[in-house]
Amino acid sequence: MEVTINHLFKSFGEHTVLNDFNACIPAGQVTLLTAPSGKGKTTLLRILMGLEKADSGEISGLEGLKQSVVFQEDRLCENLSAFSNIKLASPQLKNEMIEEALAKVGLAEYAHSPISKFSGGMKRRVAILRALLADYDILFLDEPFKGLDAETKALVMSDVKQRSQGKTVILVTHDPTEAEILGAVYTIEL
Amino acid sequence: MPKKNKRPGKIKVWAVAVWLVIWQICALIIGQNILLVSPVTAFQRLFELACTGEFWLSISFSLLRIIGGFLAACAAGILLAALSAKFKYVEQFLAPFMLTVKAVPVASFVILILIWVSSTNLSIIISFLIVLPVIYTNVKDGIASCDKQLLEMAQVFRISPMRKIRYIYISQIMPFFRAGCSISLGLCWKSGVAAEVIGIPKNSIGENLYNAKIYLDTPDLFAWTVVIILISLIFEKLFIYLLDKGIQRLERI
Repeated sequence: MEVTINHLFKSFGEHTVLNDFNACIPAGQVTLLTAPSGKGKTTLLRILMGLEKADSGEISGLEGLKQSVVFQEDRLCENLSAFSNIKLASPQLKNEMIEEALAKVGLAEYAHSPISKFSGGMKRRVAILRALLADYDILFLDEPFKGLDAETKALVMSDVKQRSQGKTVILVTHDPTEAEILGAVYTIEL
Repeated sequence: MPKKNKRPGKIKVWAVAVWLVIWQICALIIGQNILLVSPVTAFQRLFELACTGEFWLSISFSLLRIIGGFLAACAAGILLAALSAKFKYVEQFLAPFMLTVKAVPVASFVILILIWVSSTNLSIIISFLIVLPVIYTNVKDGIASCDKQLLEMAQVFRISPMRKIRYIYISQIMPFFRAGCSISLGLCWKSGVAAEVIGIPKNSIGENLYNAKIYLDTPDLFAWTVVIILISLIFEKLFIYLLDKGIQRLERI
């Protein structure tokens, strides 16, 4: 079922971020959400995820959908290992499955090391894997590949494409090639 | 991997040794045991006391009560801090109480409580009252400083409340709770024993200190003071060690 956004308004004080915004996000497809910086992409994602309330407007089609997300920030528990961070979000996952997924993105030997010892790129890979391995119907990707080098980015992007096949994905990125590789069919401009 | 910072407040053996030497020299200069006993005399007396059953009975009596009060205050402080963080009215309701408990002198509490209860359980109540506001404030501050971004992440991934408490809240509150315990463990011993000196419950460390004062038995006074310092230090180290181990275990997924 598609997600429909009707007449959405959102302001922060005097600053209006979303002004009568309307859109339709098709189910089972990758949709690219694009706009210049500061125009409300993240705010829209936050409203869709239920982390922010719109001032007015209607959103339908999200009811009962399980969500997953890669935030702009990694948002990992620094005291836990990469393995435990993934397990925290998806306790139903089998241990071998998590270890296998970590190995696929080059983190096999660091699976049980604390996140606090990870580099920025390693943390990013864990944050992406956490989102991909979770049980979800709709996936929000807010500039997910930021901070990854070209080689790792290619590796991770192919993993994202494979694991999100047939799921509703909303991708926020400034890089059109990322949208192309992930197979974004629809584009919403704010 | 960054080098682990050396703890700035760690006590060095050499520093303790120098202070003992200074103490010994001062005692030799003064030359009167009634004014200042030497460390050698104090430890000799401590050894003599340690060979008696009453010594261990007094330690057990005070230890159980003061630590009992401390643990009860920890439990109550955590519970009240959690309620305060969740319900603003609870925080507002408790604010005057906590402020009063913090500001009222221990002696006033002791005298007031002695009117209500027997001196036997006085040190439990006093150590409870001294520790409660410290733990409450620290845990409340810890909850307030919890990473909002992690809590949002937990919301999106539908992480259960129990797992959220176990893996997100506890690790973030722990430094605050740990600091609170460290401060209040010293305070509860000081105030608990002070209460015993005023209330003089039978077979307590406080009673022994009181007797030492009455009979001008300075070696006993110093020996018992050393006992209090040692118990306080040992318990603090043990408690913090067990706390850290417990948290490590709890955070294992």
